[in-house]
Amino acid sequence: MRNIADCIIPLILCAIFLYGLLHGVNIFDSFLEGAKEGISTSFGILPALVALMTCIAMFNASGALDILTNALRPICEAIGFPPETIPLALLRPISGSGALAIYENLLSNYGPDSFVGKVASVMQGSTETTFYTIAVYYGAVKVKKTRHTVPSALSADLTGFLMSVVAVRLLLL
Amino acid sequence: MMSYVFLGMVFLSVVFGFLTGRMGEVSNAALDGGMQAVTLSIKLMGAMCLWSGVMKIAERSGLTKKLAKLLSPILKLLFRGIKPDSKAAQAISMNMIANFLGLGNAATPLGISAMKELSKVSLETGTASNHMVTFVVLNTASIQLIPTTIATLRLAHGSAAPMEILPAVWLCSALSVTVGIFMAKVLAKKEEPCYAKHR
Repeated sequence: MRNIADCIIPLILCAIFLYGLLHGVNIFDSFLEGAKEGISTSFGILPALVALMTCIAMFNASGALDILTNALRPICEAIGFPPETIPLALLRPISGSGALAIYENLLSNYGPDSFVGKVASVMQGSTETTFYTIAVYYGAVKVKKTRHTVPSALSADLTGFLMSVVAVRLLLL
Repeated sequence: MMSYVFLGMVFLSVVFGFLTGRMGEVSNAALDGGMQAVTLSIKLMGAMCLWSGVMKIAERSGLTKKLAKLLSPILKLLFRGIKPDSKAAQAISMNMIANFLGLGNAATPLGISAMKELSKVSLETGTASNHMVTFVVLNTASIQLIPTTIATLRLAHGSAAPMEILPAVWLCSALSVTVGIFMAKVLAKKEEPCYAKHR
């Protein structure tokens, strides 16, 4: 499976270049033109990234995650949500690298085939770094009013987190 | 809304930093965060340029048009009023395919170009259109055929069946995307009626 995944990017690149050439496109010039736009896009999203990453760094350093985890523990235990995965669920929408570190930690502490390990895997796999996406996508087109984006996206995340537990119980136990 | 999110996080950091006596760390982190963002954006620039360049080739060769046509049933369902041969539809299709294949590095630049196309057909600059909201929600949920990172990590940590979680991941992704899109559609109707006519 890993080998198939390794092939995807090189094959796609090769296929698109070949397709372009066969359809009479000057692929090198077109590539350069597109790549140039990529540079301005990168700079365009920088302000949003600085804002977001400053907040995340402060949040992580403050120890807020531990306190929030402890506060949520009784509720989660009551509904059968493994409390070990609370930090992952809390950090997943804000920080991709932070969530990945927590996920790895859970895997090494509990093992990938344990209940916690499976729930964490499904959680990590079925959700995205919501606020990063929102900040970067809207930052790139200078949209300030995001309207109902945040509530909709967070309801999707919450569904993902709760359903990970249900799905593991239903399909993997 | 994002203003409240930012304020909330900074506020929580200050309160909890004070309570845990880690104000020094919080202070350092505040200064460090911006630097990390610059490093990240430079790291991302390579992928951004690569996929923007590849996208240009795909666009000029007519490949994106074909793919958009292929995905037009989904596009019609999610983005009503967007013509399947429009640039926006093409960019959205490319982003969807990249997400589906798990090419995170490609999905972001392609998604941003889709956002730019959507903002061109938006009525109001500075405010998200309904299509933009739907599109961003689609990207904040993960729709992936094979979550390679997770499978690789599971394997590395000695899982007997690293791919065993796939059906559960698909089920969860499908449900969370459905809920997200449903909420986006429902809330869109509640807010700002001038958008009801928006195509």
